[in-house]
Amino acid sequence: MKRHITRLLAGTVVAAATAITSITASAQEQFVPLLSYRVGPYASGGSGIFGGVIDYFNLVNAQGGINGVKITWEECETEYNAARGVECYERLKKKGGGATVVEPLSTGIAYGILDRVAVDKVPMTTMGYGRSDAANGKVFPYVFPLITNYWNQAAGMIKYLGEQAGGMDKLKGKKIVHLYHDSAYGKEPFPVFEAYEKQLGFQLIKIPVAHPGNEQNSQWLQIRRENPDYVILWGWGVMNAVAIKTAARVGYPREKMLGVWWAGSEEDVIPAGDAAKGYSTMTFNTPGNYPVLDEIRKKVYGAGKGNLADRDRIGSVYHMRGITAAILWTEAIRKAQDKYGKGKVMTGEQVRWGLENLNLDDKRLRELGALGMLPPVKTSCEDHEGSGAVKVQTWDGKAWKAVTPNWVIGDRAMIRRMVEESSAKYAAEKKITPACLPG
Amino acid sequence: MQFFFEVLIAGLLSGVMYALVALGFVLIFKASGVFNFAQGAMVFLAALTVAGLKDEFGLSLWAAIPVAMVVMIALGFLTERVVLRPLVNQHDITLFMATIGLTFFLEGLAQLVWGSNVRKLELGIEDVPFEAIMESTGMLVSQFDVVAALICGALVAVLALIFNKTKIGRALRAVADDHQAALSVGIPLQHVWGVVWAVAGIVALVAGLLWGARNGVQFALTFVALKALPVLILGGFTSVPGAIVGGLIIGASEKLAEVFIGPYVGGGIEGWFPYVLALVFLLVRPEGLFGEKIIRRI
Repeated sequence: MKRHITRLLAGTVVAAATAITSITASAQEQFVPLLSYRVGPYASGGSGIFGGVIDYFNLVNAQGGINGVKITWEECETEYNAARGVECYERLKKKGGGATVVEPLSTGIAYGILDRVAVDKVPMTTMGYGRSDAANGKVFPYVFPLITNYWNQAAGMIKYLGEQAGGMDKLKGKKIVHLYHDSAYGKEPFPVFEAYEKQLGFQLIKIPVAHPGNEQNSQWLQIRRENPDYVILWGWGVMNAVAIKTAARVGYPREKMLGVWWAGSEEDVIPAGDAAKGYSTMTFNTPGNYPVLDEIRKKVYGAGKGNLADRDRIGSVYHMRGITAAILWTEAIRKAQDKYGKGKVMTGEQVRWGLENLNLDDKRLRELGALGMLPPVKTSCEDHEGSGAVKVQTWDGKAWKAVTPNWVIGDRAMIRRMVEESSAKYAAEKKITPACLPG
Repeated sequence: MQFFFEVLIAGLLSGVMYALVALGFVLIFKASGVFNFAQGAMVFLAALTVAGLKDEFGLSLWAAIPVAMVVMIALGFLTERVVLRPLVNQHDITLFMATIGLTFFLEGLAQLVWGSNVRKLELGIEDVPFEAIMESTGMLVSQFDVVAALICGALVAVLALIFNKTKIGRALRAVADDHQAALSVGIPLQHVWGVVWAVAGIVALVAGLLWGARNGVQFALTFVALKALPVLILGGFTSVPGAIVGGLIIGASEKLAEVFIGPYVGGGIEGWFPYVLALVFLLVRPEGLFGEKIIRRI
């Protein structure tokens, strides 16, 4: 308790100092607004992810910045609320010489500022959420659903379940329940699952759970009656732990459950206790320890600048996800500097170019101390996603363990077709002429 | 038919959990006419205090519960002293707005003191079906839900005893019937309000322990209050038995509706179905099943 209060007071002082720093940012400081959420229903996820972002920024700064350019940031509390998120974006977009990249970490906020970022020329990353068709950079030049989007995740899920069944053809006649959060987020993979249902001949049963999902007896009694071969859990927040516990209650094997990556953090399984053993989810980070995490422990936490209140959360799923986002942004800034001038502060347009020309291969990931932590990422104007690769992890009761040694990639050709079709519709609706922006 | 009864029983047992939260609302409304919007936040604060004391201070569950109880009782008296007393004789809506403010304060306070991490809470009650029932009938009846129902029943019995057999209970009933008349015979209104808020805090603690053990101790516990609203509309805002019966009706009907009507309308209806049911019920009996019938002379 004392630690939390001390932490809050220290945080207030740091936030105030950061705010002053950001306002008086010198020419050698690159400003990044952080639309974070550390209170409210999704605070445990927000504190982990934004903790990871800030830890990595501190590491980069401790190592001299990006070719000498230090990163500055200011947090604005959104509480995962779309209206507050838009307000935070508007408040921070001109600060510190201007925002150069923004990550709202909320589909609602991302939709709220989708049109604004293009006008303001501030690139927005939506790593692992948001519009799947934003992978087409010709239509969404300022939006980057980096690493992988929901549609590729859904394709990866079916591929994995096919492997579990003994081959994709063995899915014919099987029953797969899609237990989803009854929102746009939960419905996002419908087109992919429906396409696979037709193609592979399994039976897809969709069962919605009303927000927030803290009561799921009726859904799981239906599942028990249907006795499906697999259950895909597309949940968020409290819905995940409740689903796992209720599955145990009705005797459904957790080994047959496969969660989305937003149902695959420590915060989702710890409240479920032993019921979560054997439960698997998708992820775009391989669980484990990496040199970059050791560096953060040594140079950031060792210097008393760590952002997490609880050091045990270093390397947790959400913390690693935050570090991953920060790696991608800093690499985009570095890439932009290679083109527009090393040691200079980049504009939003220049960082956008950097994000569109990322190339994190194994060699570069090894240099960053993150080889294997995330898949190689190579973006282009046509592909703002850059990877599409996922892994499957299983909770063993104490920690997540990767169960697919290699990255899993679903039917990317099919997903690409869907991205093209959907983005073309959006372009027609918004009267956008698809084109690559000049560098 | 077996499946129907399985859903019905699961619904009834869920309804008991809703009733547990509704009880807190009823107690305060009955004694002071205030709709306590902060009841969900009190549930969250109580559960987080127990989990926090266990995790951060290494207290056992049985040591953490009394400490949390003291915290909730102190909170009840403090609320009366700081929030309600200055608003005596103000309009009901003013008091209601004050409880909205209290909600945000308690949510923030809980996270400030204990952090925003999700916490596990084990009460030692297994959340698995009774094997004997499963083997003989094929139906799943959760041990946890049955124990929760028994705890709820015991709580109602204790509340009934307090209300009917103690001096403070009689004072509570007098205040509930008529504030001014109670004051005129020397009943200390403010003390009674403090006691009611403290008792509501204890009810919140029991609800928080059971909901927290079921779903994990996290911010979403504040949302369980939303489940209590249709229960209150149906059962009446001033009746303890009404909260129980309302909870049972809401729990059973929402589960049956989700399973048997849901598939025809796209599913996901249990979030709003209880409200529709409650609204329809309002047309027929505005004071709820057990609420006091309001008769006014014109």
